[in-house]
Amino acid sequence: MSSTTVLEANSLIASKAAARRSFVLMFFCTLIGAAAQMLIKQGSAQLGTHVTLGQLLQSPAVFFRFALGMVTNVKLFFGYSCYAINVLLIAMALKGRELSRLYPIIALTYVWVTFLSLALLGEHLNFFKAIGIAFIVGGVSVLGMKK
Amino acid sequence: MHATHTPLSSIILVLVGSFFGSFGAVFLKLGAEHMKGQLARLLTNYWLATGVAFYLLSSVFYMAGVSQGQLTVLYPMVSLGYIWAVLWARIFFKEPFTMAKIGGLAMIIFGVSLINFGNA
Repeated sequence: MSSTTVLEANSLIASKAAARRSFVLMFFCTLIGAAAQMLIKQGSAQLGTHVTLGQLLQSPAVFFRFALGMVTNVKLFFGYSCYAINVLLIAMALKGRELSRLYPIIALTYVWVTFLSLALLGEHLNFFKAIGIAFIVGGVSVLGMKK
Repeated sequence: MHATHTPLSSIILVLVGSFFGSFGAVFLKLGAEHMKGQLARLLTNYWLATGVAFYLLSSVFYMAGVSQGQLTVLYPMVSLGYIWAVLWARIFFKEPFTMAKIGGLAMIIFGVSLINFGNA
């Protein structure tokens, strides 16, 4: 084997390894993102319920209760910290693979959030919700495809 | 006891949140294009800062939205933000509409409609 083909083979192996690393990193992102959603849901509920868009826009007190909640509420703080970690992981993942190829993995977040909502939040699934989520996962995956 | 029904006011808040969030992505991309590599420059990159500000603003609406109702209904609503993302990509970055984008968005809109139907 000539040295150029060895180099080409090595760079192919390296790029495949980088691609696999990107997929694994992105997969972890979806798990962290889903866990963050549980924290954000529970933390938000602790800040008060029955808020409407009108109240949020008209009352600075309501707006800042939620805005400051990111630092004053433990669950919200850790939930959004997860997102900060995710931003770094995604930046690392994008070095090995273009974003469009990672969309099907990103879409898994919708599946994890649904499972965790059933397990931890006592929510229920019905036929329409389940099929709806399947279409969203499919749609996000298709969105990133070339052409 | 958890709420079995997700109010429309929560759905509206989540949708408004995802609308603001789509601008966050636009500014992060603009910021990435202006990035020079040094960490110090990262902190004075106003495009990135504006992007983060939009994400924070979007989060306030999202938190208010999910404070009541079911996450199995509300979280999937976030995917409608892709409509704006595809539109802004066309307007600001001249990225063409493709069959994949139109088909993907159609599937997302159909999926969200089914979830709303399941919530009613």
